[in-house]
Amino acid sequence: MAAIELRGVVKRFGPITAVDGLDLDVPAGICLGLLGPNGAGKSTTMRLLTGQAIPDAGELNVLGHVLPGEAKAARAEMGVVPQLDNLDVDVTVEDNLAVYARLYRVPDVGAAVDRALDLARLRSRRRDAVDELSGGMRRRLLLARGLVHEPKLILLDEPTVGLDPQIRTELWTLIGELKSRGTTILMSTHYIEEAERLADEVAVMAKGRIIARGHPAKLIGDHAGTQTAEVYGPPERLAEVRSGAEAQGLRVRPAGPAVAIVGSERAANGAIPEEAVIRAATLEDVFVLLTGEEAE
Amino acid sequence: MSGAAGAAAAPKTMRRLEPAAIRGVMSRELANFRTYWKGTTFSSVLEPIVYLLAFGLGLSATLVDEVDGIPYIEFVGTGMVATAVIFSSALPAMFGTFVKHRFQNTYEAILAAPVDVEELVSAEMLWIGLRAGLYGCFPLLVTIAFGLDPAWGMLLVPVFCFVTALGFAGFGVAMAATVAKIDQFNYVTALFVTPLFLVAGTFFPIDGLPHGVQVVAQLNPLLQLVELVRGGAFGFEAVDIARFAYLACFALLTWRVAVARMEKRLID
Repeated sequence: MAAIELRGVVKRFGPITAVDGLDLDVPAGICLGLLGPNGAGKSTTMRLLTGQAIPDAGELNVLGHVLPGEAKAARAEMGVVPQLDNLDVDVTVEDNLAVYARLYRVPDVGAAVDRALDLARLRSRRRDAVDELSGGMRRRLLLARGLVHEPKLILLDEPTVGLDPQIRTELWTLIGELKSRGTTILMSTHYIEEAERLADEVAVMAKGRIIARGHPAKLIGDHAGTQTAEVYGPPERLAEVRSGAEAQGLRVRPAGPAVAIVGSERAANGAIPEEAVIRAATLEDVFVLLTGEEAE
Repeated sequence: MSGAAGAAAAPKTMRRLEPAAIRGVMSRELANFRTYWKGTTFSSVLEPIVYLLAFGLGLSATLVDEVDGIPYIEFVGTGMVATAVIFSSALPAMFGTFVKHRFQNTYEAILAAPVDVEELVSAEMLWIGLRAGLYGCFPLLVTIAFGLDPAWGMLLVPVFCFVTALGFAGFGVAMAATVAKIDQFNYVTALFVTPLFLVAGTFFPIDGLPHGVQVVAQLNPLLQLVELVRGGAFGFEAVDIARFAYLACFALLTWRVAVARMEKRLID
């Protein structure tokens, strides 16, 4: 049974349609990366799944509970790690965890707190106020708080947004541990590398809908081929390269100071300039081709 | 660490107003309160002493000896209970709710757990009610230290304060869910809190006011609280049952309004 099933879900905010006929299945035990640019509808989807937003149309089923009517029961079995740090900063690490263990009706609060402290590697800081922790520790605590009741499903909303690379790597390790324990994870992100490293499957979301889905390698193969040629140069040269490649039916995308010719292995002789840098196609190529957005 | 082994298995639907959810939210308040209780308690004790010294001793020495046969310092001291209640309920509810929603994103985290808006608001109101119920007793204790004779009826004062504080907590939460910016609380304070505080019979009896104002003042829950506290100190009347019922209705009304306003604010 799928942990999450969404059918034709629509959510509007006045004239803006944030989620537009969304169909999404998340099988139990996998990590699905919901990849999309800002404004794609990822956070609204997360709010719909916790019952903090009510759909205008469509069906939502989470862990066998029909939302929004059974949202409270669904929330009891899922954990949420929000995009923004909303820990109680004056309160100790262990009290932050204990409060949420109570909110989740955990029978043995002390044991749950100890388990979460171990997961976050914060046992030695348990009596410190959150204010005294480093940024990385706070993010680990936020993750542990969402797991204090050992949920079947965890929603990670942009779990590493705004963090430096070192802290991001720390969190990826923790999320990797969760995956290995079989927890179902739905992770929204706009970091390509994060989705590539952690997700068993990636769903690319744009304008409130899923526009592509699959294993990262399959998505790359289906949409970007095997290799990409990047050409650097002045704007006139890049325009010339672009028109030459497009004339051969190749897809070209901007890549910062370069143009990237996607699927360059299919190019006829002469379409790829000699100075081009050839590299393996990536999920970023797929993302930019599909959404038209620059990836981070 | 998967499979919700730590938490009790969730039934298909969960009940409304679950005590466990309300206790959980209140435990968060208690955990935070432990970090700031000294400052809050200090001001709650000191403020009535300052007021009693300024109004009670100052005015009774120069202008007013007694009101309706009650020494003025005892008149003010019993009235100050209501002042303590409104300032430790309406204002924390207004500012606390707004800050937790807009700046700290606390409610987003709580509502991601199996807690609904009704439980959240109820827990916030109960917490503020309990705290203000306690703080409301301080002016009475200070007045006893200044010479007010203890009476058995005073044992009911925490209950009166609690119920009134529930009402003003609901009022504060509803206001927090209504204003767009934090500085709009200036309007709420000027239009509601200050007039209610001044026309509560704390510093002067309202029967000296114009008849129309007296009638409107009867709607003021703080006036009813002041009368109940004075009843506890100097003897109850039959009408005090109606006063208490009025305060309970006020709490019930503001609770439902606060829940409705917060649902609108927190659920998209």
